[in-house]
Amino acid sequence: MSGVGYFDILKLAMPETIVALAALVVLFIDLGIMRPAEGKFRRMIAALVTGTSCLVAIFWMHQVQQETAPGFLSGLLVVDPLTQLVKQGVLVLTLFTAWVSIDSTFTDHTGEYFALLLLATVGMMFLVSAENLLMIFISLELLSLSLYILTAFNKRNLRSAEAALKYFLFGGMAAAFTLFGLSLLYGLTGSIELRPIAAALKGKGLDPALAAAIVMTVIGFGFKIAAVPFHLWAPDAYEGAPTPSAALVASGSKVASFFILGKVMMIGFAGAEGNGAWRALASGWVPLLAVIAVVSMLLGNLAAIAQSNVKRLLAYSAIAHGGYALLAVLTDNLQGVAALIYYVVTYALTVLGAFGVVSVVEEKAGEARFSDFAGLSRRAPLLSFCMMIFMLSLAGIPPLAGFFGKFYVFTAAVNAQAKNLGLLWLVVFAIAMSAVSLYYYLQVLKQIYVAESSTNAPALKPSAPFLAGIVLVAAGVLALGCAPNLLVGELSAAIKAAGF
Amino acid sequence: MLSWTIYTSFLGAAVLTLLPRDNAQAARVAALLTAMAGFAVALVGTFKAGGGLNTLCDVSWVPTLGIHYHLAADGISLTLVLLTGIAAVAGILFSWNIEHRAKEFFAFYLTLIGGVYGVFLSFDVFLLFVFYELAIIPKYFLIAIWGSTRKEYGAMKLALYSFVGSAMVLIGIIAAYVVAGAKTMSLIDLAQYPFPEHFQAWAFPLVFIGFAILAGLWPFHTWAPTGHVAAPTAASMLLAGVVMKLGAYGAFRVAMTLFPLGAKAWQMPIALLAVTGIVYGAMVALTQKDFKFVIGYSSVSHMGFVLLGLMTLNEIGFTGAVLQMFSHGIIGGLLFAVVGRMVYDRAHTRELDALEGMDLNKALPFAAATFVVASAASMGLPGFSGFVAELQVLIGAWRSFPTMTVCAGIGILIGVAYTLRVLQKAFFGEVAAEVNPRQTESDALSRAQPHGLEPISGPERFGAVILMATTLVIGLYPRLLLDLIVPSLNSPLFEGLRRAGAL
Repeated sequence: MSGVGYFDILKLAMPETIVALAALVVLFIDLGIMRPAEGKFRRMIAALVTGTSCLVAIFWMHQVQQETAPGFLSGLLVVDPLTQLVKQGVLVLTLFTAWVSIDSTFTDHTGEYFALLLLATVGMMFLVSAENLLMIFISLELLSLSLYILTAFNKRNLRSAEAALKYFLFGGMAAAFTLFGLSLLYGLTGSIELRPIAAALKGKGLDPALAAAIVMTVIGFGFKIAAVPFHLWAPDAYEGAPTPSAALVASGSKVASFFILGKVMMIGFAGAEGNGAWRALASGWVPLLAVIAVVSMLLGNLAAIAQSNVKRLLAYSAIAHGGYALLAVLTDNLQGVAALIYYVVTYALTVLGAFGVVSVVEEKAGEARFSDFAGLSRRAPLLSFCMMIFMLSLAGIPPLAGFFGKFYVFTAAVNAQAKNLGLLWLVVFAIAMSAVSLYYYLQVLKQIYVAESSTNAPALKPSAPFLAGIVLVAAGVLALGCAPNLLVGELSAAIKAAGF
Repeated sequence: MLSWTIYTSFLGAAVLTLLPRDNAQAARVAALLTAMAGFAVALVGTFKAGGGLNTLCDVSWVPTLGIHYHLAADGISLTLVLLTGIAAVAGILFSWNIEHRAKEFFAFYLTLIGGVYGVFLSFDVFLLFVFYELAIIPKYFLIAIWGSTRKEYGAMKLALYSFVGSAMVLIGIIAAYVVAGAKTMSLIDLAQYPFPEHFQAWAFPLVFIGFAILAGLWPFHTWAPTGHVAAPTAASMLLAGVVMKLGAYGAFRVAMTLFPLGAKAWQMPIALLAVTGIVYGAMVALTQKDFKFVIGYSSVSHMGFVLLGLMTLNEIGFTGAVLQMFSHGIIGGLLFAVVGRMVYDRAHTRELDALEGMDLNKALPFAAATFVVASAASMGLPGFSGFVAELQVLIGAWRSFPTMTVCAGIGILIGVAYTLRVLQKAFFGEVAAEVNPRQTESDALSRAQPHGLEPISGPERFGAVILMATTLVIGLYPRLLLDLIVPSLNSPLFEGLRRAGAL
């Protein structure tokens, strides 16, 4: 490791540093200067600082093209075009999360809220850059701890505390499993770097200890991505958490977690794939993820039908979407990586927008039941139109981003075993399930467009900057759907350059 | 230039959303202008293009997957684009009385039209699928917001059936894309790829039935009657007029050209389903009490001819099928216009028993006359477009499967029966007063009512005349369309079907 100065590392980790510093700045400004100001103004300023730091970090990554050599710093910090691209995605999501928080009045601790938002983002960024078990675990914990607190942030609401407690208890357990799995892996291979691990595992076959390590690791990540059967926290956490926090849990955190899951599986466990083809199942991580994907899609979609609260519905739909995204992971090839990133980024953007709309309704009505959305299209036409875009994108209707995401994932999955169409059964199942999903998304839209609002329903007047944020997200979803190449082209180039 | 049919419609929809909310008249006029512009473009484009295959626009869309934004037109597309143009204009004329959230109504309406144009002009399978699914959502809202009888149920059923169908199609096209392995979604390239026979054996029924669900293939037709009945007049005109054609078009354009060997293998079973649909739809129509249900089931029956024509796998059958799509689009639209707008919006009932006592031929003479013409066309009387189309389908079918042709012929006979029954009951019912003196009082009431019915309005007359004229012109001079359809069957697209010994 000689020859690597602290200055070099600082330069490589500059985007993370910027965001971490911004967390401190937000705290300082809010507590030191803005304290006497009116709540709305405080939130605006804090969001402005948050957003600016995200933009600066993105700008830095654009301007300073750097790349780490393989094995640099034992994979603690991997900088290549792909990780940079994913980090930019995460930053954009944080930016919009901060943006949709400006109208939310659930807390007076504005500075702390935005600082935690930024710290969670730092966790995500390090997570994305990690190819080292130790670093993966630490950044995962930084991310998770920030999210637990963000979930509990509404002190006035008992639900919020309950949600956070559930989230925390499940999360703690999952972390223990992850740690156990990772330590097994270290014991088996004597390394904590993904690529050397894969090299050490090569040709050994699937011995029981390795199988245990795979299962434990998958349990840990399965919790983060809310895959069945590790999903139990999700509906309560989504419902109880303040809506902007839920938006972060559902968006940025998902992107980072899926990316690292894909990396650990495809790079770290290379050689222990097994086979997920219909009549040729062979044990390994692919069939394991295949089973998890199937039950996630099944349970997520079916349980979502029974919901009458939009936040819970979004939680179950998140479980289902986790299942679709897992299909991209288990393709185990480069097209799958591109599809995975496209899918989770566009999904995160969409669900972020949806939570933004929900937060407006919830702010007025106190809850987010279906009936609170009745007749929304006449109370807030623009907001409703955006919600229509988000819901239809989640359902996978063209020309929205959700449709192309699904198409891309499914094509990649079928392509993975093009000769015998081995994974077609998964795709058939996924497409069938996505036909089911249209039903419940239409239920939400039915409330908004078809149902009449009750006469005493309050008028909704979201502030202009907030509305601009939502419209921008909706425009993004539409643009990425109409011109998928905006992202797909970049992704393909980055993956090629990164030599994933 | 033809691609502007799509853009005009979407632009129109976008403009509508910007109009003030409570000005229904502005919304109507804007929508009508948009639809007429679309139709004008379609008409001019058709004259310019002729029957061969013309590429309108072909740019790379998603290079990594080899997807192109490829719009093109051959005679079959042109026929259906013309149909869409006419149906769109007529539909707006027949929804002139929409006051409730008019601007949204027409915005959804034009989005649907844009999607339909898009399907007919797409020559990239991915693009076609995008437009195909794009058309699902406006249908849902049109029915759920502005519909009648059990509208939310009908709307959801229609949306889910369409979505399940398109899910089947999606599986098929992804599999075809991967198996061909050429990184192309171009319809022409894929149609020339020789897919292995065992692959076609399952991919064909998957994609064909996926599309045909929307064409009302028995036994997947059940969305059609409920959806048609629940829909507002303009939407049911579009459903019967063009949306069902989307299904038939997709089945022909994608399923059959890509998987000709599969089509050959499944010829008999699917033809059997089509004939069952013809006879079943007609028989069920015969027993309905609701005027609109009769028309709804008649759509299933008539669409059976389209699918039967496709399954003949010979040129005259194909020609007949495409002509029948056009013809039923016009006639079905006309029938729904009479039922939904002229009768139901005035009498506020569609029960045939109730209509019987209303003496509608006196109260609404224009509606009665229109319906007489529409019934004649629907029964397939010579001189109307339905005759030419069904005759060609039957000739084609006779070459392939004589027994089933006889069954389809019986279907036509039943068609005559239910059409005459409904014509007689709805418009020329005997006023029961003379028969049963005890009901005089209630009869006096019901007889007084019709004279309170508002007369048929100008836009309605105009719309009806357009549709009637079209079916007559095509019936008397079918070469107008045949000259478009027949040459396009020689394009490389149908190479596979020809090689399979079909044409």
